[in-house]
Amino acid sequence: MEDLLFYIFAAIVIGSASVVVLSKNIMYSAFSLLFTFFGIAGLYVLLFADFVALTQIMVYIGGILVLIIFGVMLTTKITGVDIKTGTTGKVQLITASVVVAIIAVTLIMLFTNVEWVSREFVQPNTTIEGLGFALMTEYLLPFEVASVLLLIALVGAALIARRK
Amino acid sequence: MNIGLTEYLIVSAILFSLGIFGIITRKNAIMVLMGLELVLNSANINFIAFAKYGGMNIDGHIAALCVIILAAAEAAVALAIVLNIYQNFKHINVDEIVKMKD
Repeated sequence: MEDLLFYIFAAIVIGSASVVVLSKNIMYSAFSLLFTFFGIAGLYVLLFADFVALTQIMVYIGGILVLIIFGVMLTTKITGVDIKTGTTGKVQLITASVVVAIIAVTLIMLFTNVEWVSREFVQPNTTIEGLGFALMTEYLLPFEVASVLLLIALVGAALIARRK
Repeated sequence: MNIGLTEYLIVSAILFSLGIFGIITRKNAIMVLMGLELVLNSANINFIAFAKYGGMNIDGHIAALCVIILAAAEAAVALAIVLNIYQNFKHINVDEIVKMKD
């Protein structure tokens, strides 16, 4: 059952990610990004990362994807035909495919050939309690830095996007 | 066949390659951003997979959460920059934008 779910989610992720990068219409790309993020959240659930899966759905789909769709709608002329994703020329496309194929094959060879040290996994009821303790003790500094970073990003984005 | 660490790593490797392909073949700045999101997500899958199978546990989850925070901040600032570029150049093709200012 778990194996079947893994294959379903992996197929959703890879299939919709291919649509994202190969589609000619930028709106289709934006919408298939939605399915990619959902599939990845499903993979997190299969890996017992409940809080990260929820954060993935809330931040990526509720935040980043909405921002991206706003960006698409504000920077393309919806009425015209100018809604293409704009691919580069044939030569670049072929070169890029070769380079990416080399990267993919290298990574997959690496991942399959290395003998990973695997530990015994203790399945927790929920990760939220552990995450809360870790964020308030060992990882307090990264937590605070992240909050300051988000504040800076908020101010910076508002300042940059403002109409002169 | 039992699903182990390797299967998740292969999924993330394919996702990473697709993201890189999107980044280097597209002219539209927003498409480049989408490719970037795919790359960040593939890194996140690796973190969570190692959290389960490599014994990282909570540490892996925290790293993944930090990546999600960075991705949110990056998307907000990058889209603000893209909107500004669109106001100045009337297009967002990254290969044609060669001047920082007029």
